[in-house]
Amino acid sequence: MAVTDTNVLQMTSTASWRQRIKEARLPWVPLAIIILVLILGIFSELIAPFDPEASNLKARVIPPFTNGEHILGTDILGKDIFSRLVFGARTLLQVTVPAMAIAVLVGTAIGLVAGYSGRWLDAILMRITDATLGFPSILVAMLIVTLIGTGVWGVVFAVTATTWARFARMIRGEVLGTKERDFVLLAKILGVSPTTIMLRHLFPNVINTLMVMISLTIGQVILLEASLSFLGLGMKPGEPAWGIMVAEGRAQLLTVWWLALLPGIMITIVVMACNFFGDWLRDYLDPKLRRSR
Amino acid sequence: MENEVILSVNDLRTHFFTRSGVVKAVDGISFDLRKGETLGIVGESGSGKSMTAWSILGMVPKPSGQIVSGSIVYQGEDLIQKSEQDMRDIRGSGICMVMQDPLTSLNPVFSVGNQVLESLRLEYTESKQTLRDRAVDLLSKVRIPAPETRLDAFPHQMSGGMRQRVVGAISIARSPNILIADEPTTSLDATIQLQYLRLLKDIQEQTGAAIIFITHDFGIVARMCDRVAVMYAGKIVEYAEVEQLFDNPSHPYTEALLESVPDLDVDVDTLPSIEGQPPSLDDLPDGCAFAPRCPVAFEKCSVYPGQYDIEQGHTARCWRHDGS
Repeated sequence: MAVTDTNVLQMTSTASWRQRIKEARLPWVPLAIIILVLILGIFSELIAPFDPEASNLKARVIPPFTNGEHILGTDILGKDIFSRLVFGARTLLQVTVPAMAIAVLVGTAIGLVAGYSGRWLDAILMRITDATLGFPSILVAMLIVTLIGTGVWGVVFAVTATTWARFARMIRGEVLGTKERDFVLLAKILGVSPTTIMLRHLFPNVINTLMVMISLTIGQVILLEASLSFLGLGMKPGEPAWGIMVAEGRAQLLTVWWLALLPGIMITIVVMACNFFGDWLRDYLDPKLRRSR
Repeated sequence: MENEVILSVNDLRTHFFTRSGVVKAVDGISFDLRKGETLGIVGESGSGKSMTAWSILGMVPKPSGQIVSGSIVYQGEDLIQKSEQDMRDIRGSGICMVMQDPLTSLNPVFSVGNQVLESLRLEYTESKQTLRDRAVDLLSKVRIPAPETRLDAFPHQMSGGMRQRVVGAISIARSPNILIADEPTTSLDATIQLQYLRLLKDIQEQTGAAIIFITHDFGIVARMCDRVAVMYAGKIVEYAEVEQLFDNPSHPYTEALLESVPDLDVDVDTLPSIEGQPPSLDDLPDGCAFAPRCPVAFEKCSVYPGQYDIEQGHTARCWRHDGS
C-alpha cells in the first residue's frame, strides 16, 4: 500500500528518532532561518538593544558594522536598525500567522465541502474560487486595505482574501480523489454523517498536501505583506515592518544604502527559507521520492 | 428457520440514464429475505447483483442512477420513500454491507480501534472504557488474536485476512438485522476464504442477522446459502432453495453455470463454457435476454417469459416451464 507507509502521522516507532531525523535529510539552513525568525519575533524585547521607535538625533545615519552600539547602523532619525529588524520579525509573525490560519481554515473548509458534495455546490464554490484566483492578488489586497484600513488586521484580511482560494482549489482536488476510496464508502455504508466523513476521513488524508501548500505559500504571504507595506497600504508608516523599512530607505538608496538593503536581504532570506523548506517537505511526503531513497 | 420476512423487494428497477441510453442495471426483481436466513445472489459481472445491494442501501450513484419503480420494504416501511437522513440511520444499524476489498476499506491514517469505535459510537452512548471493551469484544468475535493490542495497530500493520475481519467487525458493530456481503472473499486466499465464510456463519448464528450473499461462486452458495437468486441481465431468472437449485436447475442459464463448475470426480479435458457474451444492458433484446446464448431456445423466446413455478418455492423465467 503506497499511501499507507508514506504517511507521517503513523510512522511506527521501530527506528529511533535520531535515525529518523538522519534519514529525513532535514534542510538545516532553511529550518534554522525559520526558527531564528520565530525567536526574533517572540523575544523581540529581550533581543533588541534599543527601542525600535526611539530616535536618537545624536547617532544619525551610522553605516552598519562601524559602531559598537549600533551594529547594523541607524537610519536618518537615529533609530537602531538591528532593533527595527528584530521587531520587524514580530510584525511579520503578527500578520503572517493569523492570515495563514484564516486562509487555511476557510480554504480547507470550502475545498472539503466542494469536493465532497460535488454537483451544483461544487460548481458554485469553485467558480467563486476561480474568480478570486483570476484577480492579481496585490490589486485585491490593495482594494481590501483601502476598504478596511491599514494596520495589522487590514493586512491580515487582505492576505486572507487573496490566499484562501489556492487552498480551496488544492484541497478540493485532493478530496475528489480521496472520496472515491473504499474507506469513505464503508463510512457511508455505516451511516456516518457527511460532516464526520469530511472531518474524520477526508481531512486527515489531505493533511500532507496541506502542509506542503502552507510552507510554499508562506513565502508569498510575506512578500505580499512587504509589498503592501512598501506601497504604504500595510502597516502604518514608522512601524518596524520590513516592507516599510525598504520603502523608507528607497529615497536615500544612493547615499544611505543600508536602509533599504538590510530589510530587503531579510525578506529575501526568509522567503527563500520558506520555499526551500516547502520543497523539502513536498519531496519528503512524496511516496515516489521516498521509495527511491 | 424462522419465517418472518424482514426485507421484501418487489419489482425493483434501478436504471442508469446515460448519454448512450438507459442502462437497466436492475430490471424488475423481487425477493423476500427471512430472518436469519442467507440468500445468495449469483450472476456474472454486470448482471446487477451489486446494484441490487446499493439500491437496498439507498446508495445508487446519483445523478445518473435512479430507482425508477418498485419497493423495498424493511420493517413495514418502504426504503425508497425514505429521506437520505433516515436512510443514514438505517444503514449500519439496520442494514449493513461487508465490502469486497479489505485492503482499501480501512482508513490508512487511523488505528483499527479508532475505526471500530467510530462505528460503535454511532450506536451506543457509553463511556470510553465501555466502548473500548465492546471493541475488544468485537475483535475477538471475529477471531483476531490479542485484540487489546491489535486495537492500536494501523491497517498497514495487518495482513489481508486480518483486515477483512476488522472490516467484518466494523460492519457488525451495530448488530444490523441484515448483512449484505458483496463478494467478501474474492480478494482473499482460498484458506482464508474458508475461515472467513465460517466466521460469517458464526456471526449469523450469534446475532440472528439475515445475510444477502452476493457471489459468482457456486461452491460458496452451496456452503453458505439457504436460498439462491440467479441473476442475468438485471433480472432474476431462477429463484429457489439451494437443494432445489442444485438438484433441479430449471433455467438454461443456471444449468450452464452449474455445468461449468469443475467436478473433482469426473475427469474432463475442457470445462464446458457458455458461448457468447452477456448482452449490453442498454440494448437488451425484447425477449429473453439469455436466448441468443441459450442452447435450447425456440421461437417463443423472442417474447419475454413470465415467472413460472417449478415446485414449491422454486421459480424460473423460462418458456420451457410454461406448462403448455
